[in-house]
Amino acid sequence: MKSSRLAVAALCAAACLLASVNAFAGSTNVAVAANFTDAVKEIAAKFKARTGHDAVLSFGASGQFYTQIKEGAPFQILLSADDERPKKLIDDGLAVPESRFTYAIGKLVLWSKDASLVKGEETLQANAFNKLSIANPTAAPYGAAAVETLKALKLYDAVQPKIVMGNTISQAFQFVDTGNAELGFVALAQLMPNAGGSRWMVPQNLYGEIRQDAVLLKSGANNEAAIAFLAFLKGTEAREVIERFGYVIDPKSGS
Amino acid sequence: MSLNVSGEIWQPVRLTIELASITTVILLVVGTPIAWWLARSKSRWKEAVATLVAIPLVLPPTVLGFYLLVALGPSGPGGMLAALWGARTLAFTFSGLVIGSVLFSMPFVVQPIRNAFEAIGDRPLEVAATLRASPWRTFWTIAVPLASPGFLTGAILGFAHTVGEFGVVLMIGGNIPGKTRVLSVAIYDYVETSQWTEASVLALGMIVFSFCVILAMTLIEKRFARLAA
Repeated sequence: MKSSRLAVAALCAAACLLASVNAFAGSTNVAVAANFTDAVKEIAAKFKARTGHDAVLSFGASGQFYTQIKEGAPFQILLSADDERPKKLIDDGLAVPESRFTYAIGKLVLWSKDASLVKGEETLQANAFNKLSIANPTAAPYGAAAVETLKALKLYDAVQPKIVMGNTISQAFQFVDTGNAELGFVALAQLMPNAGGSRWMVPQNLYGEIRQDAVLLKSGANNEAAIAFLAFLKGTEAREVIERFGYVIDPKSGS
Repeated sequence: MSLNVSGEIWQPVRLTIELASITTVILLVVGTPIAWWLARSKSRWKEAVATLVAIPLVLPPTVLGFYLLVALGPSGPGGMLAALWGARTLAFTFSGLVIGSVLFSMPFVVQPIRNAFEAIGDRPLEVAATLRASPWRTFWTIAVPLASPGFLTGAILGFAHTVGEFGVVLMIGGNIPGKTRVLSVAIYDYVETSQWTEASVLALGMIVFSFCVILAMTLIEKRFARLAA
């Protein structure tokens, strides 16, 4: 008898606690380009600690998110891997124009688990490998940058039969990580937690800057948590994380 | 919307039909002895093996896809096999897709054949034995003809399921045109890159195909039910 009353009391207390938390903290759904996965997880944790808001993260290819958002996907923020798709969403009337800003500039790396394989562009020229993994260039900006690099080196035609495509940059990474492809073009950020093997930082003059833009979607224009998250993303705490993961902060987007 | 779609959409169609046909043939060859053993054996391991065969029914394709990616790779058995002809991995190859499809579609073929074998019962086989037919001959002249609806159902389901497979091929295929870029992956690609026309043509084709498959199955079952009655 006594214990059951105690249980009821505890339940009431828990319910009150939950309700009070809900009164202060909001939640926002963020679509995140796959390359930014590890960095944004850390940022979301810091964001939660600082503001109490929850950022619910979904990971995928930027192209896929663009299509989904056009079809009414319930996201309030898109962290794209390019600046094209956020611009298009603004043109489509689906995003808030003045909210767009570059949160990171991505770096492309040629990477292999084999510590002696990747030496530089001569590794591509030598063409002594079976499979080269890239992200699907039509859906993932890092894939497009990889193709651009190969074309700039005039190696695209020679290497093309050896290309295997991951659907996102995460899958391109996975193909190399499991050893199925000897090497692949990945995002520098993906190599941060467990560096190893051999890598070549692709010189910036071989591919157009990968400007990764964030944009507030119209559906989140009045969402307090969404607005707070974008502000937090511009702040020093988030920038420290972004730079630690190997991205460059856009010098023009000073806050 | 113009119907001016590029000719490249036929490549995945052809590739998919090839993959599904080869997979179905292999599954009939491999699946029949398994189904026979499952139907006739008194072994206590029988249901454990049956469960193993049925596991892909409930396993998310991503699980199977990831394990296959590792198993086909240089540190798994697939990589060792591939090393025989100087390749590094069986992933990203048509053979790799066949291996994945055989494993993934296995229950769809084995189950109906097993059911058909079980439905025959002991009697016809015992009669054949008393007439001094060898087990081999009994199998081919009694069991297989009596179980033919099961074979037909299994073949259709195995073929159709391979055509409809997506997760596994996405994870082990590498999306190579003409080699591993099958229909479901091509449709996904078209949708993702907003090529609605191509996506719609292929998707509509898939719907018609699925309709025909299920209708055919139902008609076959009805026909045999009437014959049996």
